[in-house]
Amino acid sequence: MFNFCADPKSLEGFSWLLCYLTSVKHISFYWSFLTVLVLLAVAAPSALLFGFGGALAARSHIPPLRWLGKLYTAMVRGVPDIVFFMFFIIALDQGIEWMKHQIVCPDWTEPIRQGLEFRVCPQAKVPLGSSPQIWHQVYGFALAVFTFAIVFGAFAANVLYGAMNAVPRAQLETAESYGMTPRQVFRRILLPQMWTYALPGLSNLWMILIKSTPLLFLLGVKDIVYWARELGSAKTQAYAYPHPDWRLWYFLFLLVAYLCMTRVSETLLARLARRLNHGQATAAGEAMRRATQ
Amino acid sequence: MKKMLLATALLALTAGASAAQTVRLGTEGGYPPFNFIDDAGQVAGFEREVGDELCKRAGLTCEWVVNDWDSIIPNLQSGNYDAIIAGMSITPERSQVVSFSQNYFPPAASSFVGLSADADIHGGVVAAQVGTIQSAYVAQSGATLLEFPTPDETVAAVRNGEAVAVLADHDYLVPHVAESNGELVFVGEPVSIGGGIGMAFRQSDNELREKFDAAITSMKEDGTLNAAIEKHFGPDSTKF
Repeated sequence: MFNFCADPKSLEGFSWLLCYLTSVKHISFYWSFLTVLVLLAVAAPSALLFGFGGALAARSHIPPLRWLGKLYTAMVRGVPDIVFFMFFIIALDQGIEWMKHQIVCPDWTEPIRQGLEFRVCPQAKVPLGSSPQIWHQVYGFALAVFTFAIVFGAFAANVLYGAMNAVPRAQLETAESYGMTPRQVFRRILLPQMWTYALPGLSNLWMILIKSTPLLFLLGVKDIVYWARELGSAKTQAYAYPHPDWRLWYFLFLLVAYLCMTRVSETLLARLARRLNHGQATAAGEAMRRATQ
Repeated sequence: MKKMLLATALLALTAGASAAQTVRLGTEGGYPPFNFIDDAGQVAGFEREVGDELCKRAGLTCEWVVNDWDSIIPNLQSGNYDAIIAGMSITPERSQVVSFSQNYFPPAASSFVGLSADADIHGGVVAAQVGTIQSAYVAQSGATLLEFPTPDETVAAVRNGEAVAVLADHDYLVPHVAESNGELVFVGEPVSIGGGIGMAFRQSDNELREKFDAAITSMKEDGTLNAAIEKHFGPDSTKF
């Protein structure tokens, strides 16, 4: 990064540290924070969407749809996250390749499963073996986001299902008596009012989601935990910047970084909760009303 | 020799016809001087140099992929990459699930390293990386095996007293001992395990394995492999 960093072994003290902290590897470490933030930014809305779909399905009057919604939440919620992550990523990846294989290589005669090996024709690999590494990383990241969305969607589905049931029946009845159709009741009364009941559960999920981002590392995405471990491990003279085992400092840094992320989230969520509770006929809304009197 | 050259030339020609083939090489990236991630974030080390040269000789375009040691064989089988080149010793157990090329690194000694020369390597706690020939050796040696996912953690375990010694490839431990200011020392005699280090392929991938086998032979014959070993492991290292 800096000109004087050309020969790291001759450096000492502050300039060594400056060069060390700006090495290409460290820059990758800093960028990996963005990976985590992108994951949160994409996975959270997708999980909410999955959750919304799951909750609607679970409330549906059509039995098969209702069973599907219930099965989704029960199944995902009942399996340890880590097992689901490990199984789902492999199954999804192989499933995609298997389907592509059926389409692009109909004449392939060799078996796809050979013992422990999974071999589709080279044209059916996703992404293709010849595509640059960046696409492999993007694909891996997309699989991870999808898995996060499925897992957290199941929890969100349950929270939203509960929140929808918590809206006082009297509110809906009033709407009905005004002649609103069920669809209108849902959109105009139920939906706006359920958020205040859903928020505590959803904010919990958001915090858990932040804390689960290191699972990315398990899925082969180079996130902040991967880089912290890689950078912190003892380095011999084979490296440009030899140093003893510094993992403690790197993990301490991660600890502080995660605390910052959760702290900011807590502040924002508290603000959101105040807004949603405003004017609600709940204990929280009542407390706000009294406070302003 | 002449035949060999001809074969290599032929191979290069036939490979040229399918130059579009990209081979993905899986490595661990945490086992200097065999393979590690250098400060530019690239795979480096002995295997990087050899692997690149092999690909050049076989006329293949190669891409390096870093994968955890734990899952390095399953991910080969599921097709995330096409070959493993990660300091993997050729063993009968592994040969049942993958097929190895000939060795590109001769059978090398494994050594114990501890904080003192009289560490109890026969009955104490000995650290080794999970799924290695060394961990198998410790498991049946009578010592208590303590496994870690990365080689770096095995050495750290000795430094902080979790284990009395670590068993790993001698060549991996040499720099750690040399740079520890006397804190770490070799314990006992080196042990000879494993049949050298080879590249691992899917068992259904004979064609690719043969290409690399031929390239390794040609590197052995013209001495470039020995030169690379000497460059990364010092003049005293075992050569072909």
